[in-house]
Amino acid sequence: MEEILTHFFADERGEPLKVVGTTVERSDARGHVTGRTQFYEDVSFPGMLHLKMVRSTRHHALIKHIDARDALAVPGVVRVLTHKDVPHNWYTILRLIGVEPNDEPVLPEDRVLFLGEQICAVLAETLAAAEEGASKVVVEYEDLPAVFDVEEAVKPETPAIKPHGKNYFVYEGHHCRRIRFGDVEEAFSTADHVVEHRYQSAPIEHAPTETTGCIVKPEGSGRFTVYSNTQALFFTLDNMALILGLPFGKLRLVGGTVGGGFGGKVDVIVEPIATLAAMLTGKPVKYAYSRHEEMQVSSPRAAERIIIKDGVMADGRIVARKVTLYVDAGAYSRHSPYGTTKAAAHMPGPYAIPNVHVDAHCVYTNRTPSSAMRGFGVTIGDFDLEVQMDRLARMLGIDPFEFRLINAYRDGDMKAHRKIVEGAALVEVVQEAARISGRTLPDRFTQMSSLTRETAHG
Amino acid sequence: MARLRGRGMASVNYPTGMNLGGDPSQALIHATTTGSFVISLSSVDLGQGLKTIMAQIAAETLGVPYGNVMVDTADTDTGPHCMGTFASRATHRVGNAVIMAAKEAREVMMQVAADELEVDPDDLTSDGEGRIHVVGSPEKGIGLVELALAAHFKHGRTISGRGIYMKPKSDVDPETGRMDPDSAQAHACTVAEVEVDDETGEVFVLKLTNVYEIGRAMNPAMAHQQIVGGAWMGISHALYETTEPYYPDRSHGPTDFAGYLMPGPGDLAEMRSAIIERPAKNGPYGAKGIGEMTANSPIPAIANAIFDACGVRVDEMPITPERVLRGLDALRGTPA
Amino acid sequence: MRPSIVSLEVNGSHRDFLVQPGTTLLAALREALGLTATRKGCETGSCGACTVILDGEPVMSCLCLVEPLDGARVETLEGVATGPDELHPLQQAFIDGFATQCGFCTAGMIMAAKALLARNPSPCREDVIVAISGNVCRCTGYAAIIDAILEAAADLRAARPSRAA
Ligand code: FES
Ligand code: FES
Repeated sequence: MEEILTHFFADERGEPLKVVGTTVERSDARGHVTGRTQFYEDVSFPGMLHLKMVRSTRHHALIKHIDARDALAVPGVVRVLTHKDVPHNWYTILRLIGVEPNDEPVLPEDRVLFLGEQICAVLAETLAAAEEGASKVVVEYEDLPAVFDVEEAVKPETPAIKPHGKNYFVYEGHHCRRIRFGDVEEAFSTADHVVEHRYQSAPIEHAPTETTGCIVKPEGSGRFTVYSNTQALFFTLDNMALILGLPFGKLRLVGGTVGGGFGGKVDVIVEPIATLAAMLTGKPVKYAYSRHEEMQVSSPRAAERIIIKDGVMADGRIVARKVTLYVDAGAYSRHSPYGTTKAAAHMPGPYAIPNVHVDAHCVYTNRTPSSAMRGFGVTIGDFDLEVQMDRLARMLGIDPFEFRLINAYRDGDMKAHRKIVEGAALVEVVQEAARISGRTLPDRFTQMSSLTRETAHG
Repeated sequence: MARLRGRGMASVNYPTGMNLGGDPSQALIHATTTGSFVISLSSVDLGQGLKTIMAQIAAETLGVPYGNVMVDTADTDTGPHCMGTFASRATHRVGNAVIMAAKEAREVMMQVAADELEVDPDDLTSDGEGRIHVVGSPEKGIGLVELALAAHFKHGRTISGRGIYMKPKSDVDPETGRMDPDSAQAHACTVAEVEVDDETGEVFVLKLTNVYEIGRAMNPAMAHQQIVGGAWMGISHALYETTEPYYPDRSHGPTDFAGYLMPGPGDLAEMRSAIIERPAKNGPYGAKGIGEMTANSPIPAIANAIFDACGVRVDEMPITPERVLRGLDALRGTPA
Repeated sequence: MRPSIVSLEVNGSHRDFLVQPGTTLLAALREALGLTATRKGCETGSCGACTVILDGEPVMSCLCLVEPLDGARVETLEGVATGPDELHPLQQAFIDGFATQCGFCTAGMIMAAKALLARNPSPCREDVIVAISGNVCRCTGYAAIIDAILEAAADLRAARPSRAA
């Protein structure tokens, strides 16, 4: 187990604690090893229907016609739900915190924007019948040109992929989330070196071992109990009520034990439609993603393209950092407008850089909408920033630990998004990592502290 | 053919309680008549161990044994509002709400004990092992069971408390980006050692040395779980994972774990980690939150170690053998 | 396509039940028999969450059709504990070694490990790795799981009773 190095920040530690800070047995471990832990899927109800989605086979297309007759003829199939059945057909999860516009239908009306987008729901007495039914729904498409590249998508000549708006999220009249701090252009003109590189990542799946799903049970009281593995019960409840046009008090969410989330279970996709199905049939309904759906249809971590341009002095001080960042939100917003803001706020990394310019674009393309994941808005940026740092250190011939320390932020510094740094500890983690990995730093660097900045900096 | 060795490092910060604010969470606590304390929440445990940590926080604040605390979550009928478990907010927001609720419950508990013992509540202390007693005289005291029974059946009082924690919403200035998005910053530095097979382009992560600063390690064994599991995910992200291997081309997407590549139990790196604690002023017992950040610093540290090993700079994640090999071929002047 | 009756010995008890053609062992356990400790993570044989012991061999129960198994002996996590309050050394080692996080992989891991220890009471680290190489864990990074299995093997060899929590 890790050593806890209490000699750091010793006078900020406060009174000794009795329970916090000690290792106690996990309260859920016994349930896990005996198999008695109850995940949502461990409940089941007599007469439960299974829901299977018919999914888009196109990246971008108009839906000309949906023919469900053959599906309804499959023994066990009881009903097919389309957008016409959804009371308020908008899924805009962040509208709870005022994010606009509505951009994602619960079930699409006239077009699909990505491969795998849900089109209509087949309800059947068994999962096998639901699957067979779903395979027999005939959807007639008219293909539209699809856009997959973020920089392509934001070009003025590229047609918008949505009926409303542009191929990017608009931040209070701006085409991107902006950070403006100091004057980067001025600093580039006086920097000893100006270095620019492009970085790219691809979408990453949360891949929890338990797939997303829920079971909805209509209660005698007229309420609906939703057994769900969502990461956010009330977020889900509130969004469901808006979509279903139900008083909030009609819904009860039960969950809290989740087979891995990593951010992938913050979306509210399965619960509204399963509850709608329960409302319309009066039966318990289960909607669970298959592993294939979890892999390709559930929101991944967004791919990001980040271009970092730095102005740096020969002594190692970074004087300017300009970041152009594209978050590939996929077809719809979900949490990406917020994640893009978070990505912008994270720049320029844990360093005190006097001139920072960030343009962070939240871009729509014809792929699976991305959403939150562990390290949302930060993980990919850190890869890019720290590879860039390594490049700069090597170019200048400065040891990489020392290069971080020269630029490390300290208490009292102003970050690019104009928040004063407090509780900094970058200096200390770098010093300690150097020490335990066998790199001896010169005194000048071992004497540094996050609490103050030496006057003869640099 | 050779295996080339290299070392790289990276340092990062991570915003916790990061939600631009306006995202309160609540907690309720009540004592049963036999001296157990039930925390009612609607927060979700993803496996990171929220239930255990919240019970520890409540036990600490109440001054009762950990074993006397039960966590009842997550049911929207019985648990008060919580925005959810994401953005490294659960430990921070819910933990603070639990502290507030536990303080209120403790006040009642101490008052009832004072009434029973006929002393002033300010003269009382809890021993953390199930007894409340007069400071300096451990024999003049009362056990939790007796106390809880008395509260209910004699004094007609509920030992209970309500808690909420809210960080006010921060609006972002559209021109400058001025905002107050987070509650604390955690920190990490990773040193990675790798070997690169110059014939296949395969990368083997030999060792990760990590130092994390997380405010407070609430439960060291569980912090260890996050560190090991997170570092593993970092290796996985760095070298293997994607749903779109030919991004931005949409083809060849994996559909299960046979196609979605991750390191297996035989591909583990040696790990050495240390924890620094700089308690956050606004964190519950100083905690900043560790769950999300542990995957981040290993990724660039590995990328930098690969460059150190073989001179190939891969600017695209994941750093697949194909990408490394193309880089090696370019260096060697051989056609890819 | 008519349902048929299948008989299995499950965790030492004889069970007869009715299944539709094409039902997997996993579905039979979870749905027909109500034994939900065995988890479903993919139904394609790629995650190992559904691992059970079939006639002494670890198998992925999502890949086995149940009808041809008539008469077989099946062991699931429900049958591993040695008593209502007495855990098997593997279970205790998983608790003590903090080898579970979300717990969704745990059933499969313990069953794969139990099958290993039955045929090899003194596995080396490599043996353990091979035994769980079909089991995905997304949370722990595996190290604690491997250590817990080695720990349990040592406990079993010493024929010590499981250490009380
Ligand atoms: S459910 Fe059987 S291997 Fe995944
Ligand atoms: S503990 Fe979550 S998958 Fe293993």
